[in-house]
Amino acid sequence: MPSVVEIEGLVKRYDDREVVRGIDLRVPAGRCFGVLGPNGAGKTTTLRLLLGQSPVNGGAIRVFDLPIPQAGRAVRARTGVVPQTDNLDPDFTVAENLRVYGRYFGIAAATLDARIRELLEFVNLSDRANARIATLSGGMKRRLTIARALINDPELVVLDEPTTGLDPQVRHMIWGRLRDLRQAGKTLLLTTHYMEEAERLCDELVIMDQGRILEQGTPAALIKKHAEPEVLEVRGEEQLARHALESAGDGRFEVIGDTYYYYTRDARAVVKRLEDLPGLTFLHRPANLEDVFLKLTGRELRD
Amino acid sequence: MTLFYLPRFQGAALAVWRRNMLVWRKLMLPSIFINFGEPFLYLLGLGYGLGLFIGEMMNMPYLTFLASGILASSAMNTASFEAMFSVYTRMIPQKTYEAILATPLEVQDILAGEMLWCATKCVISGSAILVVAALLGAVHSWHALWVPPVLLLVGLCFAGMGMVMTALAPGYDFFNYYVTLVLTPMFILSGVFYPVTSLPAVLQSIVQLLPLSHAVDLIRPLVAGLPLANVPLHAAVLAGYGAAGYFIAVHLARRRLLV
Repeated sequence: MPSVVEIEGLVKRYDDREVVRGIDLRVPAGRCFGVLGPNGAGKTTTLRLLLGQSPVNGGAIRVFDLPIPQAGRAVRARTGVVPQTDNLDPDFTVAENLRVYGRYFGIAAATLDARIRELLEFVNLSDRANARIATLSGGMKRRLTIARALINDPELVVLDEPTTGLDPQVRHMIWGRLRDLRQAGKTLLLTTHYMEEAERLCDELVIMDQGRILEQGTPAALIKKHAEPEVLEVRGEEQLARHALESAGDGRFEVIGDTYYYYTRDARAVVKRLEDLPGLTFLHRPANLEDVFLKLTGRELRD
Repeated sequence: MTLFYLPRFQGAALAVWRRNMLVWRKLMLPSIFINFGEPFLYLLGLGYGLGLFIGEMMNMPYLTFLASGILASSAMNTASFEAMFSVYTRMIPQKTYEAILATPLEVQDILAGEMLWCATKCVISGSAILVVAALLGAVHSWHALWVPPVLLLVGLCFAGMGMVMTALAPGYDFFNYYVTLVLTPMFILSGVFYPVTSLPAVLQSIVQLLPLSHAVDLIRPLVAGLPLANVPLHAAVLAGYGAAGYFIAVHLARRRLLV
C-alpha cells in the first residue's frame, strides 16, 4: 500500500531539549492512523513538522511523496488541519469563516458556495450559518473547525486531539464523521490521549513517549502483545486488597492511586475470592488499550 | 537550513487583503464617519484658527500647507497603527495567522497581504481628508488626484516599518516606545505644521533621513499646484524603508511563528 506520510529519523530540538528523538513513521493511504502519547510526548510537534510549520533539526519527511519543508505549500494545499485549540476567525460568522478560509486555498467562489453548504450539513451546523463565532458552544466550534479543515477537499486530514474537552454526544458525533471520511477514502492522522478514541477509530497506531515511538501496530495486536487478557480493578481496604491479590497466584498487579490493577490470563479464581471479601469493590473487565498505554509509558504524572 | 527566505509576492497574499477588507466592510459606517470627521476637526480648528494668524506659509495659504501635511502624517499614523495593533492582534492573541499557516500561504504572503491592506486603509482615509480639504478650498490643483497613489506608497512604507515592531513586540505596551520615540518626533519635525527649513541645520539633515518628510515633499506640491522636485529620491526613500521593513519583519515573524 502506498504511504501518504513517510518520516525517517526525525529530530526536533528546542534549544538543547530534544522533543522529537529520531522517529520513523509510515502512514498508509486510506487508513486512520493514530499517534498516542501523554502530554509532552512530541505528538503536536511531529504534526507541525510534517506540515512544514517548523524547522526540522534532523531526518527526512515526505508527504504525498513530496519533500518537507520544501514542498510545504503543495502539501498543505492537499491537507486539512484540525488544530488542538480552536483558532476560528472571531471577526466572522460560521459561513464566512469557511468562505474566507477557502480563499486561502484559491478555491473559486462558485465551488466554494456549494462546498460550504455541504460541509455545514456534514457537521450539523446549517442552521447556524450566520451565527457569530462567540455565540457557538465548544462542540459547535470544534465541528466548524473540522468543516473548515475539509474546505479544500483534502486527501489527508491531520487532527490534533480532535475531541479533547468535548461532551460524549459531540464526541460520538465527531467519531461518526471521521469514520465517514475514512470511508470516503481519505487518510486520517490523529493524535489523542483517549484510548477509547484510538481503539474505536484507528486501524493502526503508534505509542509515543518522550519524543520516541515505543510501539506500533493495530489496537488488537498491541493489546494482545502487551496486556494479559483479563483485568481486575480493586478498590477498598488497602491491606485486604493487597493480601487478596498477592496470594492470588500467577497474575501481576500494580497500584495507581487508590486502585489495585490485577492482570491475569484467567481471573475466575480471584473473582471468587474477592466476592467473599465485603470490604472490597471490584470491576472485572477485558484488557484494553489503556492498559497497554500505561504499561509502556509508565504511571507518573505528566505536565 | 536557510533562515532568510527571499520572499516573493504571491497572488495568495490577496486572500489576506480580502479577509481584512471583509472585516472593514462590516464596520464601514463608523470608520468612514471617523475618516471624514477627524480631518474636518483638524483642518477647521487648526487650519482656520492658526491660519488667521499665520496667513501664508511657503507661498500658499496655511490651510493648504497644513492639509497637505496632515495627509502625509495621517497616512503614517493609519499605516503604523494598523500594522502594529491590528496585525499584532491577528498574529498573537487571535491566532489568525496560526490558522492561515495551515493553508498553502506562508509568512511572507500574510505580511505582504497585511502591508497592502494597511496601505489601502491609508488611501481610503487619505481620500476622505482630500475631499474635506477640497471642500474647505485648500486644494489648488487637479494634480491632487495623484495624492491617493502616493498615499499607497506612504502606507506601504510605514506598514513595513510598523510590522518590524509587531514581530518583536512582547505585548501591546511595546508599541508605546515606537510611537513616542519614532512616530511623534517625525510628526512634529517633518514639516507637517511648519517648513523643515526653519529647523537648525543638524536637525534638518536628520529629518531628511526619515521617511515622513519625503512623503510631505511629494504630497504638498500636488495639493498646492506647485512643481514637484526630486520625485525619484522621495519615492526611493519611501520604497526603501517599506521594503527593508518588510524583509526584516518577514524574517522576524518566521522566527516567531514557525517554531
